[in-house]
Amino acid sequence: MIIQEKEKTPFLLIIFFLFLLLVGINAGEVSTVLETATRICLSCIGIG
Amino acid sequence: MLRRWIQVIATFLSNSYLLFPFTGNIYQGTLKSFCTPGLNCYSCPAATGACPLGALQNFMATLRPGLQAGYQHFGLYVIGTLGLLGSIAGRMPCGWLCPFGFLQELIHKIPSRKFGIPRVLSYVKYPVLILFVFLLPFLIADEFGYGMTWFCKFICPAGTLEAGIPMIILKPELQALIGILFYNKLLILGLFLIWMIFSGRPFCRVACPLGAIYSLFNKHSIFRMIHDPEKCTRCMECHKNCPMGVKFYESRNDIDCVRCLKCMNESCKFGAISYEITGFKESGGQGIEGKAVVRGQ
Repeated sequence: MIIQEKEKTPFLLIIFFLFLLLVGINAGEVSTVLETATRICLSCIGIG
Repeated sequence: MLRRWIQVIATFLSNSYLLFPFTGNIYQGTLKSFCTPGLNCYSCPAATGACPLGALQNFMATLRPGLQAGYQHFGLYVIGTLGLLGSIAGRMPCGWLCPFGFLQELIHKIPSRKFGIPRVLSYVKYPVLILFVFLLPFLIADEFGYGMTWFCKFICPAGTLEAGIPMIILKPELQALIGILFYNKLLILGLFLIWMIFSGRPFCRVACPLGAIYSLFNKHSIFRMIHDPEKCTRCMECHKNCPMGVKFYESRNDIDCVRCLKCMNESCKFGAISYEITGFKESGGQGIEGKAVVRGQ
């Protein structure tokens, strides 16, 4: 591998989105996703 | 070949709840707390994870009553997950992990005359994302303040194929509830299925909101494609073989590039295509003929 120019943008993006992810987890959004994904929403899939 | 196997494994892992014929219900375990990297309906009887688009719409649809009740759930968990994946690999999950993308590639193998897709249609997925995933679920609400999952309800062909049709087979009593909404979704699915035969990954290129999100990261992700203009002869082999119809020599990290690496591994004879990982250039740009020589040693 050849070392090229260093670029910060991808790392800043990773830190930013990791922060959002942790805020979401801390806010209890994981259980909301679980609750949503374990229910069958018939109208969501075009039935009813 | 490696990519094909990874696609098979990812499709299986995303849909590996095989007890549904016996339980008559969808998987309800804790794995559904995690978002799948690709488009895979969580109402599919075999689905083991949560569709990020469905989860995101649900956050938007319930944001108003949630705020009134004191819950500050903005979908940051889902946005963070997608942003993290995008920052690392751009649209690579579309090319390697998405079950619906995999299906489109398989259907495109059906022998027929093949057609391109006008470039302008590649931008349709952005208004689809903004309108059907964010704005409409949030803005149009019922008397209690709840919105709808507009993309799932009116467009998503993956949901129709993976959840709508199987649920009707699994629970015949649901047939009584079929109406114009279902026929509309069947029509959308049918049109895309036919389009898949003639054009490569049309849903990914034109209408997928998940691809639209990942595509925003293609130019700034850790994994990026590199084009060497000195080696490139513009023979267009990469364009001819690209499942997304990308002209690599014009736009190396194009919004539609799913990083399948077909251009690098199977098309370019001149070593003009390679990739880099955070500034470390992978010295893979030796061309398919060069690779054949190396393998023969």
